Amino acid sequence: MSTVLELQGITKSFPGVLANDHIDLTLEQGEVHALLGENGAGKTTLMNILYGLYKPDEGKIKIKGNEVEIHSPNDAIRQGIGMVHQHFMLVPVMTVTENVMLGVETTRAGVFLDRAAVARKIREISERYGLEVDPDAYIKDLPVGAQQRVEIIKVLYREADILILDEPTAVLTPQEVEGLFKIIKTLVEKGKSLIFITHKLKEVLAIADRITVLRGGRVVGTVKPQEVTQEKLASMMVGREVSLVVKKQPANPGEVVLEVKDLHVRDERHNLTVRGVSFEVRAGEVLGIAGVQGNGQTELVYALTGLTPIVSGEIKIAGQTIHNTAPRQILERGVAHIPEDRQRHGLVLPFPIHDNMVLCTYYLPPFANGMVLQEKVIAENAARLAEEFDVRTPSVFVPASSLSGGNQQKVIVAREFSRPIKLLIASQPTRGLDVGSIEYIHSRIIQKRSEGTGVLLVSSELDEIMALSDRIAVMYKGQIVAIVPASKASKEYLGLLMAGIHPDEAAEKAVEATEEVERVF
Amino acid sequence: MSAKETKTSKAKPRKEKDLQDKKRPGAWQVIAMPLLAVLTGLLVGAIVIVVTDARVIAAYRNFFQDPLGAIGLTFQTILVAYGALFSGALGSPERIFLAFERLFTTGETDGLVRAFWPLSESLVAATPYMLAGLAVAIGFKAGLFNIGAEGQFLMGALGSAWIGYTFHLPWYLHLPLALLGGAVAGALWAAVPGYLKATTGAHEVVNTIMMNWISFRLSDWLLNGPMKATGYRPITPVVDSTATLPRFFPDPIRLNLGFIVALAAAALVYWLLFKTTFGFEVRAVGTNPDASKYAGINVPRNIVLVMMLSGALAGLGGATQVLGVDHWVGQGFSAGYGFDSIAIALLGKSHPVGVILSALLWGALRNGATRMQSMAGIPIDIISIIQGLVIVFIAAPVIIRWLYRIRTLETEKVVLTRGWGK
Repeated sequence: MSTVLELQGITKSFPGVLANDHIDLTLEQGEVHALLGENGAGKTTLMNILYGLYKPDEGKIKIKGNEVEIHSPNDAIRQGIGMVHQHFMLVPVMTVTENVMLGVETTRAGVFLDRAAVARKIREISERYGLEVDPDAYIKDLPVGAQQRVEIIKVLYREADILILDEPTAVLTPQEVEGLFKIIKTLVEKGKSLIFITHKLKEVLAIADRITVLRGGRVVGTVKPQEVTQEKLASMMVGREVSLVVKKQPANPGEVVLEVKDLHVRDERHNLTVRGVSFEVRAGEVLGIAGVQGNGQTELVYALTGLTPIVSGEIKIAGQTIHNTAPRQILERGVAHIPEDRQRHGLVLPFPIHDNMVLCTYYLPPFANGMVLQEKVIAENAARLAEEFDVRTPSVFVPASSLSGGNQQKVIVAREFSRPIKLLIASQPTRGLDVGSIEYIHSRIIQKRSEGTGVLLVSSELDEIMALSDRIAVMYKGQIVAIVPASKASKEYLGLLMAGIHPDEAAEKAVEATEEVERVF
Repeated sequence: MSAKETKTSKAKPRKEKDLQDKKRPGAWQVIAMPLLAVLTGLLVGAIVIVVTDARVIAAYRNFFQDPLGAIGLTFQTILVAYGALFSGALGSPERIFLAFERLFTTGETDGLVRAFWPLSESLVAATPYMLAGLAVAIGFKAGLFNIGAEGQFLMGALGSAWIGYTFHLPWYLHLPLALLGGAVAGALWAAVPGYLKATTGAHEVVNTIMMNWISFRLSDWLLNGPMKATGYRPITPVVDSTATLPRFFPDPIRLNLGFIVALAAAALVYWLLFKTTFGFEVRAVGTNPDASKYAGINVPRNIVLVMMLSGALAGLGGATQVLGVDHWVGQGFSAGYGFDSIAIALLGKSHPVGVILSALLWGALRNGATRMQSMAGIPIDIISIIQGLVIVFIAAPVIIRWLYRIRTLETEKVVLTRGWGK
């Protein structure tokens, strides 16, 4: 093995923050090197430096032993570095071929696109690395996993030897993750080297050859997966002992707080995405809705919270029927909502934290007297909540946009939990958050449950669903295919249901799959 | 270890300090950037003045015979032009000094009136800009781009003129009614695109532009028909003196109560935007309509209300111009007030205080330009070029940052409009 990439003493500061503090990192040929750290630990900054998006204040980058200067992504690509971004950079209305050639178009006679030649090369690449994809398919028709394969092909098409995968598993189902890992193994066998950015501990242990943990802009250590456990990695990341298991008492379900009968909802494009969903949530229990993203969960939550009108069916909250009621009336009936997209729905990002803390209650006393806002009360409320919910910020007067993802989510949780609530609808409550924040938000949700709040948890993270739920409903293509008690649900069984396998068949297959999955993880 | 310590100390902010620490780093930039934009606009304007001046060009043709003369003439030209602009806008300091001297020696006030006349005219010119600028600014705050201030201004003028000459009432009823008439006419004119936006999603930019055209042609018809005064000119009758805004000083100083009305409107807008639940909703809808809907704010209702308030302010601007200055409405009355107000709102960063300051600047430039033309022979259009440059520098702050080596604030982000159709 030879060293293909060496970072020496990389330092980068932003006003008030030392994002990278003398970071050293080496990448060997044919290695998967995982970069593990909480949000804000400096992973992204480091990779943006490597990819030419930021200029380091200090430090050297060596590729195959030669010192190089990388000023732009084009420089990086020329040096054989390719990045697969967390948010795909694809044009949905174009074909796979067109997306791959975008920016490096192959032409005939200088003006005509040579799609056939590119498609040929894509087939070559996909065969060589086991990246199954149809060059003529349109991106918008492809599932997320396939879109990710296109991103990888794009990088390989540009002849990268060093691949940076930024949180590649965040958007995948368990089965798709398995597929990705197979691809990663092939890539490595064929001599590519990978940097794998993540904060998911299980994956790191499953796939990495070496793991470098970052915290607060510094390297905490580089370890081999055989030498560590999840607990050890978590405490390296967070800097203290972390409990990975959510402690909870058995559920004590009370009266029904949410009842949904034969609900039909259309999405923004008028497609019927919720088709006859029925379930109920009782006080003091967590009903988890599992499913791959895009199977109607989003629209279901929008309908329950009044953001989208319903087509037909019935929703009852605490016994009262909600029929296309305005969001405010629903909130006032004691519903709290942690929205799926915290930056789109959950926060007004340019607003200071104290205004975001009263986003749903600004018009009520004591925050308003008539129509006059009570600034002092609002500020005091925010300071109190920020302390209670451990929001890490220099002041409550800074804009919410200046907070890290985890702290933004804590602002939302603090706001929603500060009202008297009967029903909590939490949609992807920990997406993109670090271990410390996840632990915290999970414990808060469970605390609400034990106080007698009914919780509807929607998540595409099976681990999260299984850790928190008392009952689990699996949603597939707008319908709930099964509702099972959490105690009787295995990860494999749920994964198969999420992939659209019939419950009876899934039960049989799950047994075989267990062995398969265990081999991979 | 030290990293850990700072983290924990950050985690538990001391409450008192937290409540006081309201200042954000780099807040000075909010004020510095527009000032630098104006300064840069004037500097580039000076270059334009010089390179379009025939005498200066001639002097540079003979540069090698008389280099010092050419350079001297360059600076002289700029000095004379901006000197005239300054004294035309604010009055000549020398004259003001002499006028005061005469006042104290002889008790004569004529000189004083003449010395302060330019300044008062600048304030008169700034009044409609201020109100129309507030109209556009409040729209921006709600994420609405009201290009229709021009039409709303015109409708406000017509509305107040109609009340002014139709009714005959004591002043304490007539004047408020005429002002209100202007505001209501503007509000109704803006309500149409507001309602269309709220209910159908039709973009307000398109519809306010259309409403402008309708108002232009409607006013042509009104001024040639139903609202035409006796005589051959297409103008309205003169409003009753009971409906006019009282002037503070004897002629020729036209400074009137309208200026105070504009300042009061700015104060009201400030209070509404930043101190009330209504303003909270407006700003929330303006920056993130999705989150506003999530939070239970009635977004469509908000859009209509803000458009109406915006139209009312523009209409009030038209009313103050009619009732305070012209006393009648003729064809071509509004002549760009509504369009300039977009620039004023941008320059003032959509903040009421900023709008007051930039409207004052606009009024001073417009007023001073007349004198610059007569004294220095510089065409009045140079002012439009300078104003245009100022807006370019405001809209493209990168240029200013590069020129003056100012670092970008990470948190700074001005949301003006949210793009088309969304």
